[in-house]
Amino acid sequence: MSKFSFILYALAALMVGGSALAGEGNSINTNAIIMFSVFVLATLGITYWAAARTRSAKDFYAAGGGITGFQNGLAIAGDYMSAASFLGITGMVYAKGYDGLIYSIGFLVGWPVILFLMSEQLRNLGKYTFADVAAFRFSQKPIRIFSAIAALSVVLFYLTAQMVGAGALIQTLFGLEFLWAVVIVGVLMMAYVMFGGMLATTWVQIVKAVLLLSGATFMAMGTLYLMDFSFEKLFETAIGKHALGDKIMYVGGLVSDPISAISLGMALMFGTAGLPHILMRFFTVPDAKEARKSVFYATGFIGYFYILTFIIGFGAIAFVLGNPDYFKDGKLIGGANMPAIHLAHALGGDLFLGFISAVAFATILAVVSGLTLAGASAISHDLYANVINKDATEQQEIRVSKIATFVLALIAIALGVAFEKSNVAFLVGLAFTVAASATFPVLIMSMYFRGMTTKGAICGGTLGLVSAVALIILGPGVWKAILGNADAIFPYSNPALFTMTLAFVAIYVRSKMDNSEQAVSERALFDAQFVRAQTGIGSEGASSH
Amino acid sequence: MDQSTIDKIQQSESFKTLVAHRTSLALKLTISMLVIYFGFILLIAFDPAFFKAIVIGSNITIGVPMGVAIILAAFALTGIYVRKANSEFDDLSEKIKAEHHVA
Repeated sequence: MSKFSFILYALAALMVGGSALAGEGNSINTNAIIMFSVFVLATLGITYWAAARTRSAKDFYAAGGGITGFQNGLAIAGDYMSAASFLGITGMVYAKGYDGLIYSIGFLVGWPVILFLMSEQLRNLGKYTFADVAAFRFSQKPIRIFSAIAALSVVLFYLTAQMVGAGALIQTLFGLEFLWAVVIVGVLMMAYVMFGGMLATTWVQIVKAVLLLSGATFMAMGTLYLMDFSFEKLFETAIGKHALGDKIMYVGGLVSDPISAISLGMALMFGTAGLPHILMRFFTVPDAKEARKSVFYATGFIGYFYILTFIIGFGAIAFVLGNPDYFKDGKLIGGANMPAIHLAHALGGDLFLGFISAVAFATILAVVSGLTLAGASAISHDLYANVINKDATEQQEIRVSKIATFVLALIAIALGVAFEKSNVAFLVGLAFTVAASATFPVLIMSMYFRGMTTKGAICGGTLGLVSAVALIILGPGVWKAILGNADAIFPYSNPALFTMTLAFVAIYVRSKMDNSEQAVSERALFDAQFVRAQTGIGSEGASSH
Repeated sequence: MDQSTIDKIQQSESFKTLVAHRTSLALKLTISMLVIYFGFILLIAFDPAFFKAIVIGSNITIGVPMGVAIILAAFALTGIYVRKANSEFDDLSEKIKAEHHVA
């Protein structure tokens, strides 16, 4: 894409933003808008810089493979710590106390497992998408089609949740119309991904991670400072103010029965290891050593962040709850996701409120960009270049990827608008459950189970995908809460325990039953795959420029 | 890589050591993480009262340091793996590459 067209595009994006700001009579948060504009200009600058360095397919999908372990660790943290974790978890701690921490822990513990079982193998076997790994010894066409469908399902569920959340949040924080908010998010992520590919996406995620970690550190430290750095005093104040009293200090009603508890735990833990935009980040580093270092750093940053969210949530109970500035008609202004935002104001006034609002916006942008790039890659690399047109040149493939980015951004905007009034909280759970039940079993079994065949992969993966979607719809979260039926057909709010088991058993049994000639040659290829996975011999190197 | 090189690598002592050591470490650490995390989940499911059984100071229930300890344990476990892999596993990989003249 030429520099000229990029400048035109950037100008158009700014005009869209500008005209939206000039829009009618909403209360506009000037500090937030100035700081967010600075972030947008800086990231568009990064995109301009990255566009000049994005020529080959490897540049576009994997930033040339030249990201260091430390940088990738920050980028992974930036890709993973969504506005839902920042505002949602602090909101949950604010509402229920200790229960919020249970979710944080679930979101973290998948990372060590990724490191021990997958990260180096992914790097050694793959190229641009996780489907490359599964396709190493299996039949290209069915594996690519399955992987693309699974990846696109996860991306679209997650993206819809993010877009709807983004629209509502930006409406509250910046005083923009919902439609404008969703359009600005869509247009900016399109710009980052289309022009700057993985390199721009990576740096947007790094900048966002640094901003979010700094902002959250400041809020946690501010809270502790006002409490004379005494946790006892912080908890004492919180217990005194909260309607639940000292119940906020231990396990509450979040988890109803053992099956649901284990099932949710499995979805959070193994879902992380099956998210396409996360898996894709492992191809941006030069070798297995940097891949493993990136998980080490990412686990550290994400774990630190979740400890901060716990302190911030309690800080919000201590300083926001009962403060009339933040309540209207007895309700928290802006809703359940707002405690962290109000705490920012309580601690640092309008200026810091502006900063945290801008960080929240940046957080959404970094996550949706990663998702869009993963979705576009599934279309261009897995479907187009490996199924539809196997003779495609690199330039054709990149072109398709950019078109796919454009279309996905339009779809994301449309979905955001369409579901504006709906309750989409279940979509994040759905994305994690599908990732845990479809992509994760296929990927991990292809790495370690010699006897696996294409038929086993497709059978198990498809069953995992379909059962995850079906049981969530039939479960209490959708069938009862959203569709308004009296009783859920499937009793548990999360089905991962059943759907993951189904996927693994189906992969095993169907592979065992497979006696075709193709199955024999696929099993024979396991040795070559295993040697490469273990040693990195023959793996993709970093590009030289 | 042709089939004879693959066979030779698989039969070499260095490769066998690499696979045995890495698999054993990865399994031990994965099982540790699973036991810690699902132990925590099962405790929540079957004995929620445990979380307030011990109170440190006037109000800090045992659940709080336990939660923080799980987060720190997750990070520590990744540290153990990376330390071991950066030294022993990478050395063995390099040795295998040198022995078989492949990159």
